Amino acid sequence: MSEREVLELLRENARYSTADIARMTDLEETEVEAVIEELEAAGVVRGYQAVVDWDKLEQERVRAEVELNVRLDRETGYDDIAERLARFPQVTALRLVSGDYDFHMEVEGDSIREVSQFISEKVAPVPEITQTVTHYVMTSYKENGIELGDGEDDERLSFSP
Amino acid sequence: MRFELSDRVQTVPPSGIRRFFEIAEERDDVISLGVGEPDFATPWAARDAAITSLEQGKTSYTANRGKRELREAISDYVADRFELGYDPDEEIIVTAGASEAVDLAFRAFVDPGDTVAIAQPSYISYEPGVVFAGGDVLPVPTTEEDDFRLTVEALEAAGADEADTLVLCYPNNPTGAIMTEADLEPVAEFVREHDLTVLSDEIYAELTYDGNEHVSIATLPGMRERTIVFNGFSKAHAMTGLRLGYALGPADAIAAMNKIHQYTMLSAPTTAQHAALEALDSCDGDVREMVSQYDRRRRFVLSRFREIGMDVFEAKGAFYCFPEVPEGFTAEEFAEEVLREQGVAVVPGDVFGAGGNGHLRISYATGLEDLREALARIEAFVEEHT
Repeated sequence: MSEREVLELLRENARYSTADIARMTDLEETEVEAVIEELEAAGVVRGYQAVVDWDKLEQERVRAEVELNVRLDRETGYDDIAERLARFPQVTALRLVSGDYDFHMEVEGDSIREVSQFISEKVAPVPEITQTVTHYVMTSYKENGIELGDGEDDERLSFSP
Repeated sequence: MRFELSDRVQTVPPSGIRRFFEIAEERDDVISLGVGEPDFATPWAARDAAITSLEQGKTSYTANRGKRELREAISDYVADRFELGYDPDEEIIVTAGASEAVDLAFRAFVDPGDTVAIAQPSYISYEPGVVFAGGDVLPVPTTEEDDFRLTVEALEAAGADEADTLVLCYPNNPTGAIMTEADLEPVAEFVREHDLTVLSDEIYAELTYDGNEHVSIATLPGMRERTIVFNGFSKAHAMTGLRLGYALGPADAIAAMNKIHQYTMLSAPTTAQHAALEALDSCDGDVREMVSQYDRRRRFVLSRFREIGMDVFEAKGAFYCFPEVPEGFTAEEFAEEVLREQGVAVVPGDVFGAGGNGHLRISYATGLEDLREALARIEAFVEEHT
C-alpha cells in the first residue's frame, strides 16, 4: 500500500524530497527511501525525467509519431523487431498497439531532415517493416499529464469564510 | 434622506476577516492559507455539461425545488453515500448554495425569542443568520481536549437543554474535526430528550480521512423527523462559484423552506443544476482524486506544524487544521504579524466564535509548493519570535 502511495507521489513530482514524501504519507523518511530503492531494484521505476515544453526553447526540437506495419515470420516475432528498433537512441518510445497498424513509435531529432533520414535510412529498410507513416508533431498541449498552456491564475479571494 | 438600518442588521458586527484583506493588499507575495474553498477547478465533465446546457439554450427557471432529475440524482447519491433516504418530490430542495438552505431553515423555523444553540467554533454565517431571523444565539463552545467534538457536557454547560434548535457542522469548518457515530449518539439522545430540532450542515461530508466515513446525525434513531441536513456541490465537487446546494428533511419542513425559497429565489441557478447533475453522474473519480490530494496535504501540514513546535490536533475532515498559536500571542496578533512580516494569510480562530481563541484556521486547499513555502515562512516567524 505504501508502495503505491510513494509511486503515485513520484509520478506526480519525481523531485519531491523523501522528507516531504514522508510527511505526506505518514511514513518515516528511511521507510520512504527503502520503498524507492525497492521500486528501482524491482525495475518498477525505470528512471526520472523532466517534462519539457520544447516550444519555450530557442533551439528546435523535432518530434514525430510514426506508425509501423510489420510482417512476421516463423523466426521473427514482434519482440525481435521491437528490440532492434528500441536500440536506436532517436527512438524515445515504442509500443505495440491494437488497431490499423502494429507499432507506435516516437522519434526525436534536431531537424526534420535528421528525423526523415533516420526513418528512411534506418527504419524503413528493416526487412520486416512493410509500411511507415510519419506524423510530425506540430504543437504539444499536454505531456505526461502536464498541460503546457500558460496556466490560470488563482482567482480566489485571499480570505473566505 | 438616509436609510435607517433595521435593528437586526445593526446588531450584527462586520466580518472579522475584513481588515486582514487590507493588510494582504499591501504585499504582492502573499500566500494564502485563509481560503475556504477548493483550489481545484470544477471537474471538466461538470463544466462541459454546463456549457452544453448553455449552448442548448437551457436558461429558463427550473421547478422551485430544482430539476426533478437532479433531485432524483441527489436522492440516490445521499442514499448510496450516507444511508440517507429522502423522497425527491417532497423531501429535497435545491438551493443557491448550502448557505441559502441554511438561511431558509432559520427563517422557516426560528421565531423571535427562540434560542438557537450553535456548536462552535463554526462557520461564520450561522450566528448572523439566526439574528436576521430574529432568534437568540446560544454559543456552545467545543474544546481541543475533546478534539473539537460536540459533547453532552458542553451542551449542558451552555444550557442548551433550554434551546429550541441545535446547529452542527461536522466535518467542521474551521477545526477539521469530525464526529463518529459513537460521538453523535449521546448528542442525539440529548436532542431527543430535550426535544430540540437539529440543523446539520454536512457540506464537507465527502472530505474525511484516515478511513473515517461521514455519518449523518439524521441516520440515528429518532433523528430523521427532527433534522434538516444541508449539503451541496461547493466543497467536494469544487463548485463554489456555481452556487448550488440542497437541504434534506421531512416533507412539511421542506415545504416551509420552499415557501420562502419560491418567493425570494424562485429556483437555484439553472446552469449550475446541469453541472451538478453531471457531477453526480460521472465525477466520483474526480472527487476521490481531490480527496486523496487533500489528505496528502493534510498530513504534510500537520507534520510541519509539529516540526515547528506548534500544537495541532489531528484534524480528520474538511480541508482545515487548527493549530494553537505559540505563547505570547493572541490568535489575532499572530495572524496579523505573520501576514505583515512573512506574507502568509491565516484566519484567527476567534472569528469562528466560542472556543476558537488561541488558534489559527489553516486551509490546505492550496497546492503543495505554496504550502511548503508558507510553512517555511511560518517556521521562520516562530523561530524569530519565540
